[in-house]
Amino acid sequence: MKYIDEYRDKQLVLNIAENIKKISKKEIALMEVCGGHTMSIYKFGLPSLLPKTVKLISGPGCPVCVTSTKFVDQAIAYSKLPEVIIATFGDLIRVPGSNSSLVKEKANGADIRLVFSPLEALEIAKENTDKKVVFLGIGFETTAPTSAATIIDAYKQGVKNFYVLSSHKVMPPAMSALIDEGVTLNGYICPGHVSTITGSEIYEPIAKKYKLGCVISGFEPADMMQSIYMLVKQFESGEPKVEIEYKRAVKPEGNLKAKKMLDEVFELRDDWWRGLGILPKSGLGIRDKYREYDAEKMLVVDVPEPVEPKGCSCGEVLKGIKEPKECKLFAKVCTPEHPVGACMVSSEGACAARYKYDK
Amino acid sequence: MTNKQILLDHGSGGKLSHELISSVFVKHFANNTLKELTDSALCKVSSDQIAFTTDSYVVQPIFFPGGDIGKLAVCGTVNDLAVTGATPLYLSCGFIIEEGFSIEELDKIVSSMAKEAKNSGVQIVTGDTKVVERGAADKIFINTAGIGIIDKKNVEIANAKGVQTGDKIIINGPIAEHGVSVLGKRNELDFKTDINSDCASLNELIAKVLRISDKVKFMRDATRGGVATVLCELAENKKLGIKLDEDTIPIKENVRGICEMLGFDPLYVANEGKVVIVIGAEDAEKVLKEMKKDPLGKESAVIGEIVQDHAGKVVLNTVVGGSRIVDMLSGAQLPRIC
Repeated sequence: MKYIDEYRDKQLVLNIAENIKKISKKEIALMEVCGGHTMSIYKFGLPSLLPKTVKLISGPGCPVCVTSTKFVDQAIAYSKLPEVIIATFGDLIRVPGSNSSLVKEKANGADIRLVFSPLEALEIAKENTDKKVVFLGIGFETTAPTSAATIIDAYKQGVKNFYVLSSHKVMPPAMSALIDEGVTLNGYICPGHVSTITGSEIYEPIAKKYKLGCVISGFEPADMMQSIYMLVKQFESGEPKVEIEYKRAVKPEGNLKAKKMLDEVFELRDDWWRGLGILPKSGLGIRDKYREYDAEKMLVVDVPEPVEPKGCSCGEVLKGIKEPKECKLFAKVCTPEHPVGACMVSSEGACAARYKYDK
Repeated sequence: MTNKQILLDHGSGGKLSHELISSVFVKHFANNTLKELTDSALCKVSSDQIAFTTDSYVVQPIFFPGGDIGKLAVCGTVNDLAVTGATPLYLSCGFIIEEGFSIEELDKIVSSMAKEAKNSGVQIVTGDTKVVERGAADKIFINTAGIGIIDKKNVEIANAKGVQTGDKIIINGPIAEHGVSVLGKRNELDFKTDINSDCASLNELIAKVLRISDKVKFMRDATRGGVATVLCELAENKKLGIKLDEDTIPIKENVRGICEMLGFDPLYVANEGKVVIVIGAEDAEKVLKEMKKDPLGKESAVIGEIVQDHAGKVVLNTVVGGSRIVDMLSGAQLPRIC
């Protein structure tokens, strides 16, 4: 596969591994924020190529994993309404809510459809005018612009039966919160796809305030290894800064058109993150102009306070304080077949990735 | 036939049932045993040991690039027999059809079954048809059961008794094609591909291997759950270590591309014409050469071996030189979101 295999070249990857070994003297802990990075690290077996000095910690960048139980409960409540069709990304349907999950509701007869894009959900709405279609909007700056674009489309086309339940979030507040909470890190492997939208500037305050290296990485093994090399080099020389490894996709200013759309539809609000609690200005709520597409405002359901699973260490895992293996439920009570916490649900979740590739 | 659609009466045992049997099933399956239409088929076998298997087919969509539910129902059962080392001889087939199903499509499916049965040298000797009310089944479900005879020297293949350190693992060609071709046809995934299912009867290829080697230790068709699942089960059940080399596993570029895009690991994607063979190292080259002569084995490759380390686990050496564990799949692979 062109444009992929070049970045999976064995010799290239082994050379970078060799270079990392050469320069890495001090112990260094790096967090990959993005779930896609976690997957790539384990899928290609990269830890087996790194020296003992380099430790990788999985961060809170899997959208499914940081989504609150309350959001899932609310989606389940919608799915029980006879006039509602739920449209959702696949990962979300197995996430446990307080008492059920979407996959269980689907088995009970709820109309739940898997989509790859909110635009598909809008099509479903147009084909089913007697129904109300609720799209479950999760994800960071990567997926939020497509939700925004779809809402704008719905607005222009005058669609009246399409709604978004937004749990969209932005990344930097979580990255700051982790350090404020006392998680010890020496650098961030910054998310590649998020940064194609946001650009690299959003990480500048983190690099400055916390003196942490931030390298925006691509997803292929050579990208990941090169980013680790850059972070080790910064750390050894004591010069933390923001750098872009993923130059073929990320520009410092980001994608201006997508950013404009985000701003048109969404506004920052305080939001709840699994494991981190409420973080100020970390979530994306739908602006009043588009309130007729806001499920929260237009379809009011009564959702009791959520029941969080007992003994689940998702929060600590997301903060990088605990390794999945250190959670007492890991691989015993909590497995991909019967996930207790969200980190075990998405293939990108730290626990699921570890369970699958490194149990 | 005057009707164009299956009616409940076609399953009632009355006149319409008889009409359907003679104008569709007997017409295509034509063989002397079936023609008798006795309650049980009376079959001759030349062995005191038989292999006996059954499987049900509920694939959706029923027609997919490279095959259909009928072809699949024959290949699948033929392969289940063949991988145990048996020679498949007779098949039964049971149809559960949804009221309103098109008779033209049924005819196509039955004709495809007949063609594949002929191709693989088995006879469909008995069958049954039930029609259920609209909504009680999704178009058509087929069950086939099969009987084969098995040579004494092959009876240990099914339970992998002889597998030992140093044995090689061979596959007969590129993986993940069935799963991806069917996926591309599903309504929810609207992408177009030119990928055909690998759906095929493997009994002839397997017979060739068994003729030239008595070092075949284990065989399994890598259907649902893919190659990974077959090997994980083997490693776990037999407490063996298995080492795979990712860069030796055959896969077509377009299949890899789609898996990459959807976040699927092709090792777990279904095949319908792929057999995993564990063979004594001394015979590996000879068998590989023989397999490559067969149209269904042209791209055969050695993809790994049985090792002393990590008993019970499958470890993959990745394309970039790292290593990772290959574990059993939990639930269906779901598309990734970003």
